[in-house]
Amino acid sequence: MSMNTYALTDSWTMTRRELAHWARQPVQVVVGLIFPVMLLLMFGYLVGGGRGVEGSYIDYLLPGMLALTMAFGLEATMIAVTQDLNKGVVDRFRSMPMTNGAVLVGRSVADMLQSAIVLIVLMGVGLALGWRAEGGPGAVLGALGLLLLFRFAMLWIGIHLALVAGKPELVQAVQILIWPVGFLSNALALSESMPGWLGTIVDWNPMSHTATAVRDLFAGGGTEHLAAAVIWPLVLLGVFFPLAVRRFARLSR
Amino acid sequence: MADAAITVEGARKRYGGKAGKDALDGLDLTVARGTVHGMLGPNGAGKTTLVRVLSTLLRPDGGRVRVAGYDVVREAYEVRLRIGLLGQHAALDEELGGHQNLEMFGRLYHLGARRARVRAGELLERFGLADAGRKPVKQYSGGMRRRLDLAASLITDPEVLFLDEPTTGLDPRGRAEVWSAVRSLVGGGTTVLLTTQYLEEADQLAHRISVVDAGRVIADGTADELKALTGGARIDIVLRDAGQLGAAVALLPVPKESVSVDPDRRLLSAPVTDRMAALSGVVRALEASGIEAEDVALRRPTLDEVFLHLTGDENRVKEPA
Repeated sequence: MSMNTYALTDSWTMTRRELAHWARQPVQVVVGLIFPVMLLLMFGYLVGGGRGVEGSYIDYLLPGMLALTMAFGLEATMIAVTQDLNKGVVDRFRSMPMTNGAVLVGRSVADMLQSAIVLIVLMGVGLALGWRAEGGPGAVLGALGLLLLFRFAMLWIGIHLALVAGKPELVQAVQILIWPVGFLSNALALSESMPGWLGTIVDWNPMSHTATAVRDLFAGGGTEHLAAAVIWPLVLLGVFFPLAVRRFARLSR
Repeated sequence: MADAAITVEGARKRYGGKAGKDALDGLDLTVARGTVHGMLGPNGAGKTTLVRVLSTLLRPDGGRVRVAGYDVVREAYEVRLRIGLLGQHAALDEELGGHQNLEMFGRLYHLGARRARVRAGELLERFGLADAGRKPVKQYSGGMRRRLDLAASLITDPEVLFLDEPTTGLDPRGRAEVWSAVRSLVGGGTTVLLTTQYLEEADQLAHRISVVDAGRVIADGTADELKALTGGARIDIVLRDAGQLGAAVALLPVPKESVSVDPDRRLLSAPVTDRMAALSGVVRALEASGIEAEDVALRRPTLDEVFLHLTGDENRVKEPA
């Protein structure tokens, strides 16, 4: 029997492990869903009204919040991987005749599933707040696809950072840094409303492309950001996926 | 060696590049099938590095390392099929229950869902954890956690089992639990490699012991053979009156420097060569000089004394274990 015969069963076992964690900690799961909803309400009502936005702010804000939530997922992935590595359970996995990559596959499947659920919850709340997708079901599915693709890129950056840093202290640094990086985007306000240099950074932020492309799809409008919203995550994946896989294989060095 | 479960020839591992430290500095080791082999050494001697190399977690920089007949680098998968590992820190999923943990590991050993479930139940029963099977591991005591960890490393009845300081951090009761579990395994033909800082543990459990220091094996043998290395027997004399210790030292037929004196216990201890002559000579000399002794006894050296003798470094072994 080769190792590959078991790649699928091992990945499924590791995914089941993550789902069992959810069942064990329902509160944590719910908090994970409530937090982005809270952010949405906070920016929608407390802070209110993005600079330079014409029309309904919720139509502008919701796609931004969806993208921002996907970006924050990087942190969740990094925490989970760091905890695993520091608890020694990964040592047991690595000393077993299992497909080693299954550990990462389980993480990916669980995180992607969680993200899909968060997106649906946020859109549900958005609907209640008056957000409407004019683009139709196909466009909404396309938008979800772009958001999950972006999340998938964040996921592998998170895994890579956890493998490189490996320590809870550095998770904290990333937790803090993710905020300015997340907000240096057009998630909440138009880049045109910002000082020139800031606007340039914001326009470059891959998250801005995803947010704009999702806005356009929901509105049933322009497609000029679509390509960037697909290519940026693929570029990030092209860099970080092999790096993370190599790092994981080199845990034995 | 055909009947060796573990062969290590000149294993090297250096951490931190050129300026780094040699954790393994040309270590050699042979462990016969079906025996318990103790690796004894202070913190930082290279014991954990060795276990990580043997269990395929760490790639050696040089040397040849074979476990259960397979090379740990080129045939890691074959090795993994045949080993169990109990690391220093519990390698368990803390959030999941004991049963969930064992079932998950069983599936990852490809027992299949049903067999994995049955095996998990059997092992929980065997290690007295059946009642705690549903509780998350983070609520387990240290001893329970260790037993579950041990159960997880026995799911497939491994040919070779590695135990890295299995009782470090356990209270005496937890230690006794782990010891009895290890003893019960030995009858089943499993080869066990055990690292420990506790000399008593090696003495109690291991058929043969390797003393490790600075990444090398500096002595190898049965506990008795190792004890013989320091020059055989010692004589212990407990006096009635601590004030007479000085006078008693002068009576002993050995150089003064080799006598250790413990005033609190009114104890003199000295290495002797001719056991019987020394005993009768000491008793007669004490009687003649009117020094009263509560106890005079011949004994083998302890492994502690062997260890001090071999490493020539008293401070390290005195560290609280």
